[in-house]
Amino acid sequence: MTRVAIAGFGITKFSKEDIKIESILMNATRDLFSNTPNLTQKDIDGVLVSSNSNSKYLSAILSEIVGIQPSIAHSVESLCNSGTNSIVSAYSYISSGLADVVLVSGAERYDSPGQVLEWDKLRGEFKHPIFWASLFSKSYKRKYKIKDEGLALVSVKNHKQAANNPNALSQREFSIEDVLTSKKLTEDLRLLDCSRPCTGGASILLASEKCCKDFTDSPIWISGVGQKTTSASFTKNLAFDNMDSTKKAAAKAYEMSNHTSKDIDVIELHDAFSVCEPMALESLGIADQGKGIDMVKEAYQTENLKINPRGGLIGSGHPLGATGIAQTIEIAQQLQFDAGKRQVDNPKVGLVHNMSAAATSSTVLVLES
Amino acid sequence: MNFDSELKKGNLIVSDCINCKKITWPPSEFCNQCLKKTSWRKCSNQGKIIEFSKQNDTYFGIIEFEKSFRIIGTIVKGVPEMNKTVEVMDCGILDNDYSLKMKVIE
Repeated sequence: MTRVAIAGFGITKFSKEDIKIESILMNATRDLFSNTPNLTQKDIDGVLVSSNSNSKYLSAILSEIVGIQPSIAHSVESLCNSGTNSIVSAYSYISSGLADVVLVSGAERYDSPGQVLEWDKLRGEFKHPIFWASLFSKSYKRKYKIKDEGLALVSVKNHKQAANNPNALSQREFSIEDVLTSKKLTEDLRLLDCSRPCTGGASILLASEKCCKDFTDSPIWISGVGQKTTSASFTKNLAFDNMDSTKKAAAKAYEMSNHTSKDIDVIELHDAFSVCEPMALESLGIADQGKGIDMVKEAYQTENLKINPRGGLIGSGHPLGATGIAQTIEIAQQLQFDAGKRQVDNPKVGLVHNMSAAATSSTVLVLES
Repeated sequence: MNFDSELKKGNLIVSDCINCKKITWPPSEFCNQCLKKTSWRKCSNQGKIIEFSKQNDTYFGIIEFEKSFRIIGTIVKGVPEMNKTVEVMDCGILDNDYSLKMKVIE
């Protein structure tokens, strides 16, 4: 089995613009080609598209409009972790020898149909994600005696960090009071606790150990992969104050990479809502149970950017199919010491956590230089 | 007979596997353990509050029935607390969504 490297990437600005899904894919991929001067279309033997769009045949369409005739071409859809799941598929094609160089492109529009899982009838009239987020928040706050002010800090920190991310949906910063006085969606959730759906694209190039050096002098290796889907129904989560699928995915990724949570220097995690950040930190084993908010607070006070340096989903925006790819690009840039004002001090090992449908499915990647 | 048609009539039913006897949830005509056929029966109209929150003046929560299966509904009467028992007052399908209205049993 060959090792698999990240050998290039491209991204668009996240926005609320009305852009065709095919154009978003093309724009992110044009940026990738522009950043990877040695890459030609003929080098690419696989094209995977990650999106929840209802548009069909997007991998063939993207291939045609950027002049690629790949051997392998298909879409990947699994709601909010489509992005990392498509990276895992590309990883598998390369490590098995079926492909050497695979382009993975994710895109979403602000009006994506992937925001609500219609199938999950057991949510009754409460299908919008704000309801599972409210129930997670209530449960987490009760169990660990956390106040709304504690969770609000996640939004404050991630918006502040997004101010240094030129591709973020907004560079606006907010105070704890701003979060606590933003529109009340439920008793346990305010508007600024939420990531926002948006238009955006991200493309990444994966290559075998043999081929990656043709495109980059600083390959970033995918050394650990873990995925776990526990159900599709939100109400089947074992608990609502932690993420069972994340624990299981992380255990696999750590084992495969020969690392532990203590080795992780920088993390992009799936803060779809503010409560998700401490829950994910704990379920990934990075923070002790109930201590996730303490870790967020310490990072914020010491200006340590290691948790969601690009601003996470809350700060950057959440174009579903592009999110996992954008998270992975951020960690790759961090490990290449190329993250500009967002750069974390000397990271060697990074982690990506991407999940879908109220943590019923999680994907964890461990990356290293 | 199926779950949706009975729910429309105001009946909450559950599917038991005729082979392995386990409850399949979400309700289905086939068992999600042994994949054999299920049969329908009326389920208990009392459940336990697993978690809840509130939007405007309306409480909503995850309710667990028969110590087994869960669904989210509206708690229209009484003040919910964790693990308290609720009783289904009304159920049906509203704008294609399952709709359960419950009251807290004091």
